Amino acid sequence: MAFTAVLTSEWTKIRTVASTSWTLAVAMIVTVGFGALISTAAKAGLDRMSALERAAFDPTVVSFTGMQFGQLAMIVFGVMVVSTEYSTGMIRTSLAAVPARARFLFGKLTVATALALLVGLLTSFVSFFLGQAILGDHGTGLGTENVLRAVIGAGVYMALLALFSMGVAAMLRSSVASISILIPFFLIVSNALNIFEATRTYGQYLPDAAGSKIIEVVPDTIAGTGTPYGPWGGLGIMVLWVAASVLGGYLVLRKRDA
Amino acid sequence: MIELEGLTKRFGTKTAVNNLSFQVRPGVVTGFLGPNGAGKSTTMRMMLDLDNPTSGRVRIYGKRYRELQEPLKHVGALLDAKAMHGGRSAYNNLLCLAQSNGIPERRVGEVLDLVGLTPVARKKSKGFSLGMGQRLGIASALLGDPQILMFDEPVNGLDPEGILWIRNLMKGLAAEGRTIFVSSHLMSEMALTADHLIVIGQGRLLADTSMADFIHQNSRSYVRVRSPQQERLKDVLHEAGIDAVGVPATGTLEIDGVGAEQVGELAARHRIVLHELSPQRASLEEAFMRMTADSVEYHSHAPGAPGAAGDNPARPADVPAWGAGFDSADAARKGGR
Repeated sequence: MAFTAVLTSEWTKIRTVASTSWTLAVAMIVTVGFGALISTAAKAGLDRMSALERAAFDPTVVSFTGMQFGQLAMIVFGVMVVSTEYSTGMIRTSLAAVPARARFLFGKLTVATALALLVGLLTSFVSFFLGQAILGDHGTGLGTENVLRAVIGAGVYMALLALFSMGVAAMLRSSVASISILIPFFLIVSNALNIFEATRTYGQYLPDAAGSKIIEVVPDTIAGTGTPYGPWGGLGIMVLWVAASVLGGYLVLRKRDA
Repeated sequence: MIELEGLTKRFGTKTAVNNLSFQVRPGVVTGFLGPNGAGKSTTMRMMLDLDNPTSGRVRIYGKRYRELQEPLKHVGALLDAKAMHGGRSAYNNLLCLAQSNGIPERRVGEVLDLVGLTPVARKKSKGFSLGMGQRLGIASALLGDPQILMFDEPVNGLDPEGILWIRNLMKGLAAEGRTIFVSSHLMSEMALTADHLIVIGQGRLLADTSMADFIHQNSRSYVRVRSPQQERLKDVLHEAGIDAVGVPATGTLEIDGVGAEQVGELAARHRIVLHELSPQRASLEEAFMRMTADSVEYHSHAPGAPGAAGDNPARPADVPAWGAGFDSADAARKGGR
């Protein structure tokens, strides 16, 4: 059985359910929409700022502010791709067709992550260009140093977050459990830990805090203080989280009864 | 050919399947019979490598299921009619399965046609009735044109027409030389479809026999007599060395080991009036219930299951009252004829 057969099959699965299109559409609309809104507000504020304050302003990061909320829909997408197999009972049919657990899971994750990356990149480029257009003179361009890295990085960040969620869903095997852990975690817990000096020591190593370092052009604009890692180091930390989650999901799938 | 060797599954302290060994041979319908909770579904899930056995093994053509290349071309299974994504159309549910095993897309249309779902092929499967869901599950089992087919309780919840359809389908598939393994908790259904019988109770093998042998060994024949002079008749029979057992519920006597002729002649000689004299054959249902009586997990203790005594001859006293379930299913089946 060829791996490509599993990829074709998983692509059919993902394109023939409604949850795929609505979660990805929401991720994109929310990210772009909030980004445009914050960019508009920022432009009004910038006109009144001193030159020094303007130098610390990162127009790239501002245009990606919407990702804070759009990423939640990416998490739901990742969870749904895996957990609907369990909630519908399809998993038994799927595993009877593709009994090799690694081939089944990695086939599914490859297809879903590729799609998340595609939508993530589309979202990040649209957010960036729209945000810069709104910021006008205060904006930046892709030609500026590190900006292209940040824009592509934003798309990669969203895809990694979706993949992380897929791993968690493979471990928990339930939409409700996965979503009710992941959403509060990324919306509240991670942000709260990174507000206070005392907890940031640990909070900065959480997947979203570390991974979002990749979208900074002006250093330390997101956290406000320095981090022991740079943009690539941060992304690397996030990749480790994702690897752990996917490995956990695979081990659960291999060990537990379907 | 499927081989099970010492297959055991424990959930915590509970043993669901206990050291099960048997073979499923090609070209016949093998019935897998047991009361609810006997471990049939767990066994079938282990056969498909969905559940991991605690010990023992299953071999299909000498291999583990997980080692089969494109397994749908070898083994087709209907485990649970609802094991599809309800938000996806029937066609797409089958298409993704076909693609994963390199089965050409035209086969999807063929199997949908075969099970009669073509008119609803593009409809979301969550709107399907139980019967349509079963048909979709059977279509998925037939997708790869496999030599081995496994059906877990395929007639459960089906209307008489659906039951008849599945029964004929299974017989047709076996006639083509395929291996058919079908589970049921209904002896009556098995008697009509299976050539070979494997009976389990509480996860243990109780019988592995041909259907003909099972019928021969387990169907008890006796004579039923009703008389207004029952006590006198009893005495007369006793004097002749014939044992008669009274059945208070129906006011009849049951006599084992002698023909109706002997009983009739004996009564005539003593001028005893008979209102009924009929040779009876105990049903296979009862044979099955006798066999599994000790291993039924969920006894219901309703006194004298309603409707069971009616036309059911000779209910042994130790038979659990869950026979009521048999009767209603039986009625559904009879209605289909």
